[in-house]
Amino acid sequence: MSAAHDAAALAARGAYGRLVAWLAARWRDVAAAEDALGDALLAALETWPRDGVPDRPEAWLYAAARRRLLDAARRAGVRAGAAADLRIAMDETAGAPQTIFPDERLKLLFVCAHPAIDETVRTPLMLQAVLGLDAARIAAAFVVAPATMGQRLVRAKAKIRDAGIRFEVPEARELPDRVEAVLDAVYAAYGTGWEDVAGADPRRRGLAEEAIFLGRLIARLLPDEPEALGLLALMLHCEARRAARRDAAGRYVPLSEQDTARWSRPMLEEAERSLEAAAAHAAPGRFQLEAAIQSAHAQRALTGHTDWDAIALLYEWLLRLAPTLGARVGHAAALAEARGAVPALAVLDEISHGDVASYQPYWALRGHLLAALGRGADARDAYTRAIGLSEDPAARDFLRARADAAG
Amino acid sequence: MKYTILIYESDTDFKARTDEARKAAYWGAYRAYTTALREAGVMTGGAPLQPSHAGTTLRQRDGKRHVQDGPYADTKEQLGGFYEIDVPDLDTALSWAARCPAASSGAVEVRPNLPM
Repeated sequence: MSAAHDAAALAARGAYGRLVAWLAARWRDVAAAEDALGDALLAALETWPRDGVPDRPEAWLYAAARRRLLDAARRAGVRAGAAADLRIAMDETAGAPQTIFPDERLKLLFVCAHPAIDETVRTPLMLQAVLGLDAARIAAAFVVAPATMGQRLVRAKAKIRDAGIRFEVPEARELPDRVEAVLDAVYAAYGTGWEDVAGADPRRRGLAEEAIFLGRLIARLLPDEPEALGLLALMLHCEARRAARRDAAGRYVPLSEQDTARWSRPMLEEAERSLEAAAAHAAPGRFQLEAAIQSAHAQRALTGHTDWDAIALLYEWLLRLAPTLGARVGHAAALAEARGAVPALAVLDEISHGDVASYQPYWALRGHLLAALGRGADARDAYTRAIGLSEDPAARDFLRARADAAG
Repeated sequence: MKYTILIYESDTDFKARTDEARKAAYWGAYRAYTTALREAGVMTGGAPLQPSHAGTTLRQRDGKRHVQDGPYADTKEQLGGFYEIDVPDLDTALSWAARCPAASSGAVEVRPNLPM
């Protein structure tokens, strides 16, 4: 039982996205493809222990899922002609056990991040359709009610089916925008896990590993897209530091004080390789610049110091491409180290207050700069805002200690 | 739309309110959270509550009044206070609730208020 169970689970993990993509691309219905594959996996758990695990579990699952799709279509009363068309479409490439499935996941990723799909649901859709994550896990990572997340996913899949969104790689003309949407959605998945560094609560552990899996997949499927490599490098650089972001007692450690010996060398090396491969295209972009900033931080492991001037310059470049709140605050932080608290505070003062009412890093940096300028009371006020906006108890403790030290 | 964030605290949390070693961190975190809610312009009300043993529960049945010391339900985590916030949607309400100190030690429940 357990061997069959493991085989089914293994096939599910490795092949889930490939099978959903393959079925959905032919059936043009993500939800139906997922349901059919889910049924096929259940059937596998029933029959494999009795009959043995088939030689090619993927082909078996594909055949079973295809039968379910055809049965469902018949039950739903699809017109005879249309059903026949679908069957032909499905049979074209099925059957032969030697068939190697072409990887259709790229098309599925483009469908999930299609402009017609609401931006907030693109990442969840990708995580469910390509990786098979359940709605509850996705909802927890995005701090959304599980029922709401379930409804959003159902609605999005209905939209794909009803609007006839095509399963295809976009034409060269629209490719850059469409790739950006895919990469944004993957980065959003990575971001969900960022604040919860400790990973103590599995429900809040975020989706960092899943995002990196998708990042590697996209970099492989889109080898001529330097931003895909840039995104992968960015996520790997950040992920490499995960263990160093807390000390042995679970206390928060800021990047500049992290013990570089606790950074993951294999991840850093993969990040650097990805960034170099991206740079070879000589087409810089937002993710490559963000990765370059993290790469500059990583140099401390080799040189023992951080080149803040270089980092500030990279942020200036990044701000020209993508003037996000995060980049503006990051720029100010780099300026503070390179040229002092006064110019950094001037940069922060230019940001409108409405934008930062719920943005914790702005207030943490503001407190830090005011403390450096000896403005203790103002620093404490800013730190208080940052503490109130923190989700993480370790970050709260760290900021409180800083506020107390500000006098 | 108005939402109420109900704060359920463990016994350890309630003890932290008066524990010499921990009370500064406890109240500091809540003061900071309240400030962040106020400064963001989303807080419309709320109050901290005394521990559940200070509560009195009352029921009227068949003309008879039953009065009982303590909370209406004896659960591991007890209602310790609430905030009322005014935000555009549930997602925003949940993102504020996630920052409540009790989210990482006890539990917070977000309920939409019924408009009256």
